[in-house]
Amino acid sequence: MTALDELTKAYLSAQADPGFRAELARLLRDYAGRPTLLTEVPRFAAQAGGCRVFLKREDLAHTGSHKINNVLGQALLTRRMGKTRMIAETGAGQHGVATATASALLGLDCTVYMGEEDTQRQALNVARMRMLGAEVTTVTTGSRTLKDAINETFRDWVTTVGTTHYCIGSVMGPHPFPVMVRDFQRIIGVEARQQILAAAGRLPDAVIACVGGGSNAIGIFHEFIPDDGVRLIGCEAGGEGLASGRHAATVAGGSPGVIHGMRTYLLQDAEGQTQPTHSVSAGLDYPGVGPEHSWLHDTGRASYRAITDAEAMNAFSVLCRTEGIIPAIESAHALAGALQVGPELGPDGIALVNLSGRGDKDVDIAARWFGHLGQS
Amino acid sequence: MSPVTDRFASAAASNRALLIGYLPAGMPSVAGAIEAATAMVEAGADLVEIGLPYSDPLLDGPVIQEASQRALERGTRVADVLATVEAVAGTGAPVLVMTYWNPVDRYGVAAFARDLASAGGCGLITPDLTPEEAGPWLEAAAARGLDPVFLVAPSSSAERIKLITSACGGFVYAASLMGTTGMRQKVSADAAGLVRRVRECSSLPVAVGLGVSDRFQAAEVAAFADGVIVGSAFVRRLLDAPDERAGIASVRELAADLAGGVRDRTPQART
Repeated sequence: MTALDELTKAYLSAQADPGFRAELARLLRDYAGRPTLLTEVPRFAAQAGGCRVFLKREDLAHTGSHKINNVLGQALLTRRMGKTRMIAETGAGQHGVATATASALLGLDCTVYMGEEDTQRQALNVARMRMLGAEVTTVTTGSRTLKDAINETFRDWVTTVGTTHYCIGSVMGPHPFPVMVRDFQRIIGVEARQQILAAAGRLPDAVIACVGGGSNAIGIFHEFIPDDGVRLIGCEAGGEGLASGRHAATVAGGSPGVIHGMRTYLLQDAEGQTQPTHSVSAGLDYPGVGPEHSWLHDTGRASYRAITDAEAMNAFSVLCRTEGIIPAIESAHALAGALQVGPELGPDGIALVNLSGRGDKDVDIAARWFGHLGQS
Repeated sequence: MSPVTDRFASAAASNRALLIGYLPAGMPSVAGAIEAATAMVEAGADLVEIGLPYSDPLLDGPVIQEASQRALERGTRVADVLATVEAVAGTGAPVLVMTYWNPVDRYGVAAFARDLASAGGCGLITPDLTPEEAGPWLEAAAARGLDPVFLVAPSSSAERIKLITSACGGFVYAASLMGTTGMRQKVSADAAGLVRRVRECSSLPVAVGLGVSDRFQAAEVAAFADGVIVGSAFVRRLLDAPDERAGIASVRELAADLAGGVRDRTPQART
């Protein structure tokens, strides 16, 4: 709690400091490449019932995903608190790579915890983090995925809190993390709202994003929350389908509970034990969800749906072949959501999809899925 | 006064610290854990903490993580934890449950308090529940006469210690170092200072946990604390044993050794 109180104070003082905000804005512009583009994708849209579809191109941000937005903010905060080391959990490796990157940039030590199953399915990102000078620790406890990496990062943090900041990667964990990470990610929606008004002359009918912990989704949703006419749609990892029990669709298939310092929807059994999750996408393979999503669900402001592995991989392929953009498999869940929702919007409808990351890291998984490996 | 504070008072009267032993329910088996806890009491443990095995033991080191996982793999349920409490309470030693919050939340706070009390349990140690979020539990604890035990850490500010100790009943659990549970070579130098800071805010007994594994460390902690909490060292004995019988014998042996330590409050050099 002491560390969280200290972080809350440091964060509030940084937010109120024009110097801090200016430095973050400069890094986001000159280093991360913001604002990211808004791209209309008509050939993809033709597969989505003919409405207009715009992609917010977080895949074009430095390190290949939206994760850099949050990490740059927390890295500056780490330095401001006089700490010399950042630690992070990572699932797909996007957040780990972003944390390793910002650590290299600011001269901070960095340790990234990654579940053993994820180090295998995302080996390329493990190599990237090591190249950037980070130590990557393989987590072999529990289910050996994101949740266990988070446990291990917390264990490190309680031991090293004097010198170390836990750079959490999503809008989850104890306060102030969900609020702080949301604030660092809300630039996505702030930019996208202006861009779509400029490009289409009106607000979109639906904003669609994938949800694991939910940081890219909150990032793009937040600015649109007051816009009542805009549907906010979160796409969770439906794995092999809700009925199969092998999924990570926390809001769609879970119940309220407490995990990692937050009260939120949770995949748990009758006795409150966390249930194993499954998703083709390591980044969505998490049994909890940011508490603000639970709130958006309970108030009805946002809706959440489960996208199966097969639906996500189909959307992945459609975007590759219609637009020449290889999305992260996480983001492909949002694209699949657009393929489902598009027909409801009609030909005059506008869907804004957050393309949260690029798919380079997923080439191996996708190639196996589609049978592109080996001799033809 | 509760059975827990009674024990502290009588130990203080004979100028010694209490020995508090931790074991998770269901490890090596439900019956084996009951036998091991019983052996612990027979060999000199004054108070027993029964751990409720949880899938995500965030604040535990590798030893208790492994034990929790094994207990869950063997199908240990909340009902088994309550049965363990009931059996161990039969020895006459006060028994508390140590648990992460979600299983209690899921069970229902009032129902958990009711069933724990009727099993003869004396209280609950809640490492991941803050007093700010503990309202319903504090009410249920008061209604059932259970002791709510919260943790203070070396990083806790004076303000926090005040808040935490004012919510505590029975005793205050002082985590002697920053980190997860597990055996350490040396008792943390922070521990004595933390106990002193707790005593400035509270008249409750203070028990120190994290890292104690032998009688010398127990004696060292007993010199400044009212209770010495030992967990991982007991669990290690069960994990390392070739079979249940040997594990239980080993737990008994360690408890006897530690019981000597808490009665010898003058720290001495290792031989």
